Amino acid sequence: MTEGRNDSFTSQSRQQRERATTIFEKGAPGRRAFRAPDLDVPRVDGLIPEASRRAEGPRLPEASEPEIVRHYVNVSKRNFDLDSGFYPLGSCTMKHNPRLHERVAALPGHARLHPLQNPRRAQGALELMFKLQEALAEIAGLPHVSLQPSAGSHGELAGVLLTRAYHADRGEERTKVLTPDSAHGTNPATVTMAGYEVVKVALDEAGGVDVEDLRAKADSSVACLMLTNPSTLGIFDPNIEEIASIVHGVGATLYYDGANLNAVMGYTRPGDMGFDIVHFNLHKTFTQPHGGGGPGAGPIAVSDRIEPFLPRPQVVARAPAENGGPPTPPTYDLDDDRPKSIGKLRGFQGNYGVFVRTYAYIRSLGAEGLKDVSEVSVLNANYLLARLREKVGDRLPLAFGERCMHEFVLSGAPMKKELGIRTLDLAKRLLDHGFHPPTVYFPLVVDEALLVEPTETETRETLDEFADAIAAIIAEAEGDPQIARNAPYTTPVRRLDEAGAAKRPRVREVLPD
Amino acid sequence: MAGYTALTDEDLAIMLETIGVGSIEELFDGIPAGVRLGRPIDLPPGETEQAVYDELRRLASRNVCTEDEITFLGAGMYDHYVPSIIDMVMSRSEFLTPYTPYQPEVSQGGLQVMFEYQTAISELTGLPVSNASVYEGPSAVGAAAYMAKLANKRPRVLVSRGVHPHSRATLDTLAVGYGTDVVEIGLDDGLTDLDALREALSDDVSAVILQQPNFLGAIEDVRALTDAAHEHGALVICAADPLTLGVLEAPGNQGADLVVGEGQSLGNRLDFGGPSFGFFAATEKYIRSMPGRIAGETTDADGRRGFVLTLQTREQHIRREKATSNICTSQALNALGGVVYLSWLGRRGIVEIGELMAQRTHYARETLAALDGVEKLHDRPVVREFALRLDAPVDAVLERCAAEGVNAGFALGREYDEFGDGLLVAITEQRSRADIDRLAEVLGAAVAAERSTSSARVAAHATSSEGLSLR
Repeated sequence: MTEGRNDSFTSQSRQQRERATTIFEKGAPGRRAFRAPDLDVPRVDGLIPEASRRAEGPRLPEASEPEIVRHYVNVSKRNFDLDSGFYPLGSCTMKHNPRLHERVAALPGHARLHPLQNPRRAQGALELMFKLQEALAEIAGLPHVSLQPSAGSHGELAGVLLTRAYHADRGEERTKVLTPDSAHGTNPATVTMAGYEVVKVALDEAGGVDVEDLRAKADSSVACLMLTNPSTLGIFDPNIEEIASIVHGVGATLYYDGANLNAVMGYTRPGDMGFDIVHFNLHKTFTQPHGGGGPGAGPIAVSDRIEPFLPRPQVVARAPAENGGPPTPPTYDLDDDRPKSIGKLRGFQGNYGVFVRTYAYIRSLGAEGLKDVSEVSVLNANYLLARLREKVGDRLPLAFGERCMHEFVLSGAPMKKELGIRTLDLAKRLLDHGFHPPTVYFPLVVDEALLVEPTETETRETLDEFADAIAAIIAEAEGDPQIARNAPYTTPVRRLDEAGAAKRPRVREVLPD
Repeated sequence: MAGYTALTDEDLAIMLETIGVGSIEELFDGIPAGVRLGRPIDLPPGETEQAVYDELRRLASRNVCTEDEITFLGAGMYDHYVPSIIDMVMSRSEFLTPYTPYQPEVSQGGLQVMFEYQTAISELTGLPVSNASVYEGPSAVGAAAYMAKLANKRPRVLVSRGVHPHSRATLDTLAVGYGTDVVEIGLDDGLTDLDALREALSDDVSAVILQQPNFLGAIEDVRALTDAAHEHGALVICAADPLTLGVLEAPGNQGADLVVGEGQSLGNRLDFGGPSFGFFAATEKYIRSMPGRIAGETTDADGRRGFVLTLQTREQHIRREKATSNICTSQALNALGGVVYLSWLGRRGIVEIGELMAQRTHYARETLAALDGVEKLHDRPVVREFALRLDAPVDAVLERCAAEGVNAGFALGREYDEFGDGLLVAITEQRSRADIDRLAEVLGAAVAAERSTSSARVAAHATSSEGLSLR
């Protein structure tokens, strides 16, 4: 793997030799792919007022269809992807994306349905959304669902705005939201956007919420506690009942960041733990492909006391008229008449295409399949953890506890101290072994953190290969740490100058006039 | 059950032994008894792939989609042709299945696409800095107002009533959180009322929010509105329909500080409202205040050209509560569709498609306004959508048209009390003259039928109904 890394021209791959060129550098003046339909109405001049008329059209590419196809196919090959290999990015739940979902989402009845179609002529879509709401409510253990938020962070914002509306409705003005140190960055950022002050809660020695610290900070100025359980440390908080009781005791709401829901389906539900508001990441637990950074969807489930404030519109089922006539199926509708609603969080009804995929997934797996997901994801994580502890436990110890839920955090601190390679170096060297690295330097509470989430869709063989690769890198570094420090060698580009990019930002192609 | 796990009995035995537990259940011992579900999840059993396909196909068949009728429905999302190469590129594993590019060495494809996308959005909007996408149009407007608030700390935004109702509603929701007052500026004969804007402006105004073309289809005088706002140091946020920007002047060239909007018209499916993407572009001054991912060009250790996520100290995963936004997952795959579409359309195509829409829109507007009982709601120049007034109940007319296989458009009364008789009609390159003529035939007949029905009703109630009049 390391031979030939010295930069002799011939040892480089084609991708490494060729300069990356953008679509704006391809093609030639006059080339085109699109053919406009003929103008079939009488031409009229001056339709657009001179002051608003664009004099010089935007300098878009001029390329033929074959050129465009070849360009994007070649560009695509400069990506690593889940279909090519193991992607144990902690907290991101990189599980297999079933292709059935792409097929059904592309059916014209779903894909070419206008969002403002009259609900009577969108009954299939509304039925799907209604049934998905019911399924997610059951999975959350909370009775009411809004599908509207577009991603996890959008669901969080919805949740904190719901909290605000709930307190305001009771005539209370609260100013703080609590988050533990191990929280996703989206939690504190959301709190600020929703106009609250962030107050951090410490962790105890086992990696859970420090109950005494929570008790000290929880008072009537606290609007909400945002929590992930299991946490980003992969630990289920054993004090969850006490935490819920402290938070509810001061009249605050308890918010569940559903990023780690993959660990507990069939065993417990956020509603059973006492949470009032939950967001789901349909792009994590429910297989919506990540798309290189979206789209996702972040539906929320809430308790009865929060329900009046849910975003509008809600998908509802109108019961068939009970007039003794023949039975008719319910009709589904969009209910915009919600006087206490926080309003809209976005246009239309949400990322429906994502709902189609999620619905297909839940129908494929059923209750038993969802439980199987959580069981195998936790089994896989613990197996990989055991293999790594056996091989490299002294260099990369588990940060907290003995076992884990669906993910675990290793600390690279001993490795850094004893071998002189950082977690970043290990991650970069993994690229040469054909693996995507785990999440690095998160959670922030662990020094040189490595957050590993294998998911349930990986085989034992893959987990073994990954453990072997980590062990090989550590062994290699025992001999020559420089190899890891300069990795990767085999990727389309090597380590990139990120500081330079931020100092002198070049965020668009330079175009000729 | 059709699961996607791979565990065999042998795997299970080996794995449990390696871990040192007797069963999978033991791994869940940390969950306290008091919070356990204690029963199976109450959902139907799993189904085979073919059964699930059939169910989803059955649901799809209960929707009337744009292949089932001739549609003139727009109002923020449009039935444009999505070229086949988009399906092909967007379904490639290399684009479909990776996460956000946190490891740039193995994410050059996605990062380069973001860089290309940003370049295309900069060209369209006339602004030098674009991020790599936000969720969608209306939330982009809300995010822009938040950025304005962070930038100048002023307490109020002014929003034109010509801005999409969903954008205004989203703004209202989000502004409660970040503590901005939202004041609406009315319309004057189809356009944002410039005098009312001038009157409402003060040095307390953080931003003025416009839309081009506006919700009624009218082409706003962005320059005049922008100049008025800038006199008071307010930022100008212009929501725009990107597919019209081949023929309409880029709002960035007319002084807008931020240009945002809904990207669906750029090669994205309707999908009953999403996923599509939102775009977000700004002047250089705001590059470090922007929400969302931004790809930047750089070099690698050997001097090769490469791309990274840049200016990440704005973002939530670094800056946490001090971040410029909470956005994390956005719409990378949909933005890819957008840039592939713009490449396919090309430098000439974006002008041609804009011209074609403008010509057919004009034809449709004049043809429909010539019908009995139909008139223009305003006479302002339009490019792809226009508003009519019907001398008949709009919902009933729409039903009659639907029965003839024509979706005549959007009933403005759903969002505007003052336009209860209004109909918003959208034209795309997929609506031919023949389609428009068919709409004229069906709409004319529907309006006539409703007028005769209601005339009969009026006659019957003539003695008791004061003030009821038909225009």
